[in-house]
Amino acid sequence: MLQGPSAEHWLGTDTLGRDVLSRMLYGISPTASGAAQALIVFLALGIPLGVIAGYRGGLADQVISRVADLALSIPPIIIVLVVIVVSAGRPVAAMASLGVLGAPGLIRVVRAASAAVRDELFVTAAKVSGVSQLRIMRTHVLRRIRGPVVVQASLFGGVALLFQAGLSFLGLLDPDRPTWGAIMGEASTVITQSQWLLIPPGVAITLTVLALGFLGDAVRDASADTDAVATAKASREAASPRTSTATSAALPDPSDYVLSVRELHVHTTSGVPLITDISFDLAAGETVGLVGESGCGKSITALAVLGLTPGGIRIAGGGVYFDGTDLVAGGEAAYRRIRGSGLGYISQDPMAALDPVHTVGSHLNEVLKLRGVGSSAARRERALELLSQVHIADPQRVLKSYPHQISGGMAQRISIAIALAGRPRVLVADEPTTALDVTVQSEILSLLHELQETTGLALLLITHDWGVVADICDRAVVMYAGDVVEVAPAHTVFTAPTHPYTAALLAADPSIEHSGRLPTLPGRVPAPGLWPQGCRFAARCRLATEACSEARVPLIKTSEALSRCLHTDLLKLEKRA
Amino acid sequence: MTRFLVRRVVAAVPLLLVVSAATFLLVALVPGDAARSIAGRNATPEQVAQVRTELGLDRPVWTQYIDWLGSAINGDLGTSLINQQAVTEQLNARLGATMSLIIGATVVAAVVGVTLGVLGARGGWLGRTVDAASLIGFAVPTFWLALVLVVLLAVKVAAFPALGYTPLGQSPSQWMASLFLPVVTLAVPATASVAKVTRDAVSDAMQRPFVRTLRAAGVPERAIIARHALKNAAVPILTIVGLTFIGALTGAVLIEQIFALPGLGGTAVTATAAGDLPLIQGVVIYFTVIVIAVNLLVDLAYAFFNPRVRVS
Repeated sequence: MLQGPSAEHWLGTDTLGRDVLSRMLYGISPTASGAAQALIVFLALGIPLGVIAGYRGGLADQVISRVADLALSIPPIIIVLVVIVVSAGRPVAAMASLGVLGAPGLIRVVRAASAAVRDELFVTAAKVSGVSQLRIMRTHVLRRIRGPVVVQASLFGGVALLFQAGLSFLGLLDPDRPTWGAIMGEASTVITQSQWLLIPPGVAITLTVLALGFLGDAVRDASADTDAVATAKASREAASPRTSTATSAALPDPSDYVLSVRELHVHTTSGVPLITDISFDLAAGETVGLVGESGCGKSITALAVLGLTPGGIRIAGGGVYFDGTDLVAGGEAAYRRIRGSGLGYISQDPMAALDPVHTVGSHLNEVLKLRGVGSSAARRERALELLSQVHIADPQRVLKSYPHQISGGMAQRISIAIALAGRPRVLVADEPTTALDVTVQSEILSLLHELQETTGLALLLITHDWGVVADICDRAVVMYAGDVVEVAPAHTVFTAPTHPYTAALLAADPSIEHSGRLPTLPGRVPAPGLWPQGCRFAARCRLATEACSEARVPLIKTSEALSRCLHTDLLKLEKRA
Repeated sequence: MTRFLVRRVVAAVPLLLVVSAATFLLVALVPGDAARSIAGRNATPEQVAQVRTELGLDRPVWTQYIDWLGSAINGDLGTSLINQQAVTEQLNARLGATMSLIIGATVVAAVVGVTLGVLGARGGWLGRTVDAASLIGFAVPTFWLALVLVVLLAVKVAAFPALGYTPLGQSPSQWMASLFLPVVTLAVPATASVAKVTRDAVSDAMQRPFVRTLRAAGVPERAIIARHALKNAAVPILTIVGLTFIGALTGAVLIEQIFALPGLGGTAVTATAAGDLPLIQGVVIYFTVIVIAVNLLVDLAYAFFNPRVRVS
């Protein structure tokens, strides 16, 4: 009796000399069936009620959700105990009641998932085309909720197993059947004589629950959308940091500029190039517009300048010089010294750019503290000064406001105020007006222009709007498919573009006066990784010849501009004609 | 704020009614009842019937319920059928141990879980370790952990008492010692859940665009996590801490048995075993009120951390 593991009894023997291994194996069935009973009730109640509440909405939703919320505030153990008494310890009743009490959690999850399906276009389309409600629920809704349901089911399966084991351990569930919990209960009575008996049931329960947890995680990961950047290994060749020799000779010395980007390459961590060989300069007080269609790498360039590329994306080569110092070479420490004090940033979506749980005042206070503004009174005074600098009419009140209490235009002014708090010399503005109303757009632009005149700020403005370039930029840097294709002064780029892409963009811009019908630019920007070996614009270009596709085109100096085109002469002739 | 509180407390009333009525009904369905166990095994049917009449158990269920409700409103939850002691008196005497255990476990879980979750949110090997640890913590049965801890820390090394409870008023140091093992046991799965939710919520918050604004303004990473990401993650974290507390109530039933703590959980088990309706009913009411109170606290905390809730 109470022997440890031996060749004869692999897991030893118990108090009555019985083989533990065979009792453990025999215990699988009642243990698992207990958990399964709870799980079946859990699913049978949770899925239909959740789908009805989420998909149908209205009164059904209100009733179901209210009852589910109510049920969630009942501690399950106490009800299960009562049920055990009522059913005279029948395990089925106890486990089924656990399933009932767990169901509200599933109802919530399923409701949320199916409510999301209800409003989707394909479901509306199916309804319009006369597909029956039941069929929509069965096909579209069920497919959508499958993932979350499997995750919930695996978690609840674990909970039910632990619950079943706990109740058997206490001897409340049919104590004569050797469930794993009951075996452990037996072990606990002889704990001072032998501790070995605790191990087999404990390990068995833990591993089973773990396995269920892993199953849930695996299903969740499999159902999550995996970003398919993998397609892109194809033309890594085209983008390795080597093609820069042709241009570097012509580039000026970075120490003459407040900001210089040199031969910058940004790749994903899997090696897909996003921008290649980007170079441009920004002098003190100057405004440079970074122009191009969506997907050309403008925002990535802006973020790389700040050293804030998102996860999975890294700078693969080149430099970002601030006041002649290379931040890329200096690493995160160098960037940290410059961010906020040398380089400021404002983003595309001003509402999302502010932390929703902090007031405007708290944002400014935090940043000013970092800049060493000593007393809180001084910080408050400076915050008010910054707010009036960005023309906020009622700074006292706005300081106390939360982001959701202010308008988009005001949020952008506040972003600018936050950026200005460290008196930066360069402001990187990533499409600062895109998300705003047209009237507000021009206000923000004139504010930026004014700040530049009063503070000598240099502005790197990312935009796809030629009107913005015309309004406030000194120079335009045109990007296409991760490349700089043209660098030109603002006063010549409109009249004499030196790259066919620039010309095509201008021709398609509705804000510029055209005679006759507005031409469009057919095709789209090739995705990163799918860039051709030669000129990346060749496929969409009117002037493309075989030479364009043969090898990478260098940036070529024309009288006023730099252009990555072999046919600048043709373009010039065409314009003149 | 007062109106919010009043509304929530009023909303709790129907819940208490439903739960108490349901318990009454369920227990009324029991074939054998307390009268039989009080009268003894060898009692004749007549004797049992007499006990039943004495206790008023022969009246219709609804009459019994209305009666009970009438006195419950005045704070009287009746007397135990088994030992004739007032239910409230009996339960209040046992509230201390249970609350010490549950609050202790929840506080430990919240502090350790949030710390681990924040460390895990920074990713890398630490993130994977926290993930694995929380998975294991969730999977280990508490009663097993309790036994293992007893073997290691009470039997092999007599560092803590294996059984029993010393009230706080009697000796604070022994109170701590008597609670150490039960609290640790109960806190392990709770810590695992809190750590997991915190890790996910903080990682999510770190993906939000405002983090870029803060980084660009030179705010150090540590301050972004502590002041911004954590505060934005507060709602899911509070939710899980609230659920943890309710879960600890369930766990307490087991843990109190193992460590022989004189708490509500133990009362619940013995009362159910004896079919002592007033006592069961009392435990149900106590548990439900505790849950309602915790949910209310969690809701108030939501409002504290989320300005949008505050306004609406």
